[in-house]
Amino acid sequence: MKIAVCLKRVPDTTTKIVVAADGKSIDETGVKFVPNPYDEYAIEAAIALKEKAGAGETTVFCLGTDASQETMRTALATGIDRGVLLQSTGSADGFEVAKALAAEIGAGGFDLVLFGKMAVDDYNHQVGVMVAELLELPCVSAVSSLAIEGGVVTAEREVEGGIEVATCRLPAVITTDKGINTPRLPSLKGIMAAKKKPLEVKPVSLGAGGISVTGLTLPPERQAGKIVGEGPDAVVALVQLLRHEAKVI
Amino acid sequence: MAGVDFYHVDSLLTEEERAVRDTVRAWVDEHLIPVIGQYYLEGRFPKQLIPGLAELGVLGANLPEEYGCAGLGSVAYGLIMQELERGDSGIRSFASVQGALVMYPIYAFGSEEQKKKWLPRLAKGQDIGCFGLTEPDFGSNPAGMITTARETKDGWVLNGTKMWITNGSQATVAVVWAKTGDVEDAKSIRGFIVPTDTKGFTGKDQKGKLSLRASDTAEIHFEDVQLPKDAILPKSGGLKSPLSCLTQARYGISWGAIGAAMACFEEAASYSKTRVMFGRPIGGTQIQQVRLADMLTEITKAQLLSLQLGRMKEAGTMTPQHVSMAKRNNVNMACDCAREARRLLGANGILAEYHSMRHMANLESVYTYEGTHDMHSLILGQEITGLAAY
Repeated sequence: MKIAVCLKRVPDTTTKIVVAADGKSIDETGVKFVPNPYDEYAIEAAIALKEKAGAGETTVFCLGTDASQETMRTALATGIDRGVLLQSTGSADGFEVAKALAAEIGAGGFDLVLFGKMAVDDYNHQVGVMVAELLELPCVSAVSSLAIEGGVVTAEREVEGGIEVATCRLPAVITTDKGINTPRLPSLKGIMAAKKKPLEVKPVSLGAGGISVTGLTLPPERQAGKIVGEGPDAVVALVQLLRHEAKVI
Repeated sequence: MAGVDFYHVDSLLTEEERAVRDTVRAWVDEHLIPVIGQYYLEGRFPKQLIPGLAELGVLGANLPEEYGCAGLGSVAYGLIMQELERGDSGIRSFASVQGALVMYPIYAFGSEEQKKKWLPRLAKGQDIGCFGLTEPDFGSNPAGMITTARETKDGWVLNGTKMWITNGSQATVAVVWAKTGDVEDAKSIRGFIVPTDTKGFTGKDQKGKLSLRASDTAEIHFEDVQLPKDAILPKSGGLKSPLSCLTQARYGISWGAIGAAMACFEEAASYSKTRVMFGRPIGGTQIQQVRLADMLTEITKAQLLSLQLGRMKEAGTMTPQHVSMAKRNNVNMACDCAREARRLLGANGILAEYHSMRHMANLESVYTYEGTHDMHSLILGQEITGLAAY
């Protein structure tokens, strides 16, 4: 089975974000970048599927600047066989990113294309499902359990109050949610071996797209909590505040 | 945890070095830090972590791939030690002993058969090793050891006692240093590979430790232990052989101490921002800011010292005296950071729930072992003046 996995380089979720001087991007100085955590589930799924089959090839695709190579090496160190970097400064428009990825992946003859369900930098949940549409492949998004038997995918999605089970035939696109697996750490030998794995760099130019970022602001600082009092006497005051100040009841 | 990197030392590391560091960091955060407090209190080594450490490739990580090791450079190896000791000095000690004091001498002084037999098993954690050099009456002066190996027609007979042996109770194999000639003759010191199930070998846990409580420390005793001819490490000869192992281990310790200091600094910095006293976070008081500024400054200096030491090791220009400076400076620095962090934490700082006091107590051992702080002062003194004061 030939499996493609798409990966995005994102700021570490514990990083303190500072808005850059232009007011519409983040200041990358001192920011630690990591593989998008949802993509790590996709990477683990790809490696586990190949291990289970005992054969096949896994390829990681990434659209980003040269700095993304380091992120891709992490995937190679974990066990992915090869990488293709679509070299670009990226776009705020997920559709432009999806078109570039679909053009590259569509030519590769993959049986399965895996994405994280979203990237934790912009939270758009778009690219995976858009690529499926562009490639005219069946797609199950936000999958929390995945099994493939005889060319048929059985995927579970967590929906409000229950689990939805979907099936489709390969080739297909799957976007992964947490719970699907526990991503492994690369081994130190794997890190050394990753240096020798092929990582192809292909410059791509994205269309202008229909979306541009006009401004970024940090969420307002949380106000300190207020202790109204103790015991039954405080209840009246609390209700008053909830009704008139917080306006939630 | 994001680590401490005020001077962008990360930018001086290679991509692989960062990846190695991040991998071990993630492992320590997930598997070691959540459980270490309990093991420390109970005075037990968290044995169940060995397979995970081995699977990552931490054991003997700087030895070549042909013996089942990861073949990492010296800086990457140092970063592993840093991350392990960010968790606990006892776990770093386990890895130091297995890699630098057991696997390294077999690699450096062993025959090809010995290397092929032992190194892959030690890398996989299928064998646990210990290193027997220090004796009850010979610590800083190992040349005076009285453990002997007498040659017989079938092999060797080992007699003696070694003390303060990390991994000594759980080890399946020991690298033991003994005199093959007269007890006055330090040149006759040779290394031996001793399976611990050999008749006459006993290991006894050393009780009552107030430091390195999550580490196995034992006294090991040899009473007419009969060894085959090929138990000897053929290329070992004289005290310089075990001392070269200690140089490897001390190199790792100089990095490890930074990890312990980082853990204490991060704990103190985070606590100072949330602990409110007199109506404001204690981090807003000058006295705590001085503490934190001193800690961050000393950690940053130590990071640069160890990184340059690692680059010299990789270039082959590192001397034991260079290692003495880094071990002496960095461990002392970590002791200071741990104590100041504990004080900043106030009464909470004495609880095992926080990490600083555990590090503080551990680091007293690290200050004393692998060449005491004082001995490293004298080694540097001798380097400067040409005069030995010991």
